[in-house]
Formats: sequence, structure tokens, C-alpha cells
Amino acid sequence: MTDHIITPAIENRPVSFTQAEIGWTPWLEPLAEDDLTEAHLAGLVEASRAKSPYFRLLVRDPAVLEARTKTDKDIFYNTRTGLPRAERELAATVASRSNGCIFCASVHSRFASHHSKRGDDVQKLLDDGVGVDLGERWNAIVAASVALTATPPTFGNDHIERLSAAGLNELEIADVIHGAAFFNWANRLMLSLGEPTPAVQ
Amino acid sequence: MTTSTPDIIDLLAGIKPGSSLDRIRTQRPETREQAQKSYLALFEPDNAGDVSLVERQAIASFVAGLHRQPDIFEFYVSPLEESEKNRWLVEVLKAEIGAAHAVGPYGRYPAGPLSIEDSSGPIHRVSDAGREALGEKLAAALEHAHLLIFHLRDASPKALQALLDAGWTTNGIVTLSQLVSFVAFQIRVIAGLGLLAASVRRAAA
Repeated sequence: MTDHIITPAIENRPVSFTQAEIGWTPWLEPLAEDDLTEAHLAGLVEASRAKSPYFRLLVRDPAVLEARTKTDKDIFYNTRTGLPRAERELAATVASRSNGCIFCASVHSRFASHHSKRGDDVQKLLDDGVGVDLGERWNAIVAASVALTATPPTFGNDHIERLSAAGLNELEIADVIHGAAFFNWANRLMLSLGEPTPAVQ
Repeated sequence: MTTSTPDIIDLLAGIKPGSSLDRIRTQRPETREQAQKSYLALFEPDNAGDVSLVERQAIASFVAGLHRQPDIFEFYVSPLEESEKNRWLVEVLKAEIGAAHAVGPYGRYPAGPLSIEDSSGPIHRVSDAGREALGEKLAAALEHAHLLIFHLRDASPKALQALLDAGWTTNGIVTLSQLVSFVAFQIRVIAGLGLLAASVRRAAA
């Protein structure tokens, strides 16, 4: 079959930032589950990801997907030391809000709410944007993540000093940098290879 | 070959063995190793598939240039510069970068409540001379890279159709998308950790 785009017909497409469990559908053909080889399965890292059209599309380049997935997991899940998970998810949500990735923001705002128990503050960030006042510690993380998301990046010493004044040590500041930077990878894939679909009623 | 490649983030962020930032990165060994493996998978792949190594270096150089990161641009462009056969690309890339500067992110949301946040900015088209020199395939890749870097929320199936029309395959588009997006990540880590390293050194001085 020749390569072609997919133009999905979506009713009630998501048009605002939400913490609801919305979906995502690709604009290019993912590999079929039955066609996945050992190399593809290794690229998916977790066998359950073979169910996801997003990962079955990315697995067309399995080596990159494998390394990307493992980078992602360590940046967000390795929380024995460093920044709490909630604030790594906050950085991810801010990058997604700033870039305009409605799907990425939905997933990571849910994680930020769950881990911080500050669902209302997270919703304010989604509703009103990255200029909201969420208290100084979160404001410092939001400002740093916005600056890292800008192109060219505007992240500077003032952001480091503000994070440090808000109580973050060097490892925790490095975690903010990685969380925001990683979503500048993820947002670009999610926004350019497909689009969000409404939550299943 | 891969064993001799230094850690690119350490190299470009100026992180020296034994320094405070080196110790911080040691606490995220998997992040460090897998970011490097991502780099290797994109720039030293076992099999280049539908995207040649020259195309990969050229696109990464363009992305670094759009971010106005001269050291990272130099890093990606140097294999082209050092090759007699590919050196001509450097001037073409520099001219395209010069014409493609913008400040992002901008772009349009799907029509609805977020439309009040729509903001406009340039849509880059490679110059006629650039297209002539680079060929349709690489020219289309640079135009797509500009979209992904500055106004990613304008992405559309049509943008992918333009790549297919220029000779890209579905597999090639996946690699291209990963490459542009990875370099966007890598640049931010390098810029962020580079500043953090300098600030730690100042505090210790």
C-alpha cells in the first residue's frame, strides 16, 4: 500500500484544555499489531503499548522510540531523590499548555492533580494559562518551564535564582529542566502526527 | 564507533567529570544514557533507512540555527563542513536559517474558546535558490522543521501530505519528526544544564 495521510472525521473534537480522559488519533498509518516483529516489540518497551496507535506509529523507528521511552520514564518516575512527581508533571503540563498540546496537557494535568492533590490550581492553569498565580513555588516552576519552552529558549539565571529561592536544590532544578525539555519533544510528536478525540462518554 | 562518541549533552553543556553537575547527572543515570542512545539512534543509526545521514545532519543544523544556539549549530554542521562533498550545504543552510528566524510558540488552536489565544507568526518557505540546491525532499523537511519548532499547533494532515508529495515515506516522516523533536529537547537540556552548571560554579567561587 502506498503511503498516505489519514484525515479523521471527528465529532465534538476537544477545543479546550481539560483533565478529562480524551483520546488521540493518528494522521499516518500505524503498523498493524499483527505485523510487529521482535525489534518492534523491543522498541515499544512495554507489550501493552502495542494497543496504542500512537506508539505503533512511532515504532516505525524502533531504536529511537525505545531510547525515548526510557528517557521519559526516568525523567518522570525516578523520584527516589529530587523533585516530587507532582512538580515534574507540573513542568510537563506547563510546556504542553504553552505549546498548545491539548492531548499532552490532559494526561499530565491529571497526573499533576493526582500527585499534588491541587486539582483546582491545575485547572486554573489549564483555564487561564501560564500567567496564573499558584503560589511562589509553583509560580517559579511555571515561569521556568515557559522560558524553556520558548524558541529560542529564554531560560536564564533569573529563573535559576527564583527556583533556588523557592527552595529547590540543584538536582530539583535539573528535574524541572528535564521535565519541561522532555515535553518539548513529546508535544511536537503528539501535535504533528495526529489529533485529540473526545472522551468516551 | 558508538563507544567513542562522547556524551553530547555533557560536551555541549560544558559538564566536566567530577563537577557538581556531573554528580547531579549521575543521579539520573538512565536519563543520561537514554538521551545519548536517542542521539545515537538518530545520528549514528545501524540502518539509516529512508533518511540519509547527510539529511539528518542538515535538518539538525537547521533546528539548532532556529534556536540561535551557535555551539550546537556548529556541532551538527561540522560533519557537513568537514566533507568535501557536502560542504556546499553549509552556506545554503545558513542562508535558510537567516531567513527563518522567529519567536515561538505561536499558531492557531482549533476553532473554539481558545481562539482568543491564537497568535500569528511567519510560515517559512524555502527560497527558490535553496529549493534548487537542496532538492524537494530536504527543502520540504526544513519547512516542516520550522513548523514543528515555532508553530507546532498549526500542524495538520496537509503538512504531512506535503512531505509525502516531496518524496518522504511514512517511516521517514516518523524519523524526521523524532529528529526535530529530539533536538528541541536536547537543546533545552543543554541550555538549562549549562546555565545551572555556571551558576553552581559561581556559587562555589
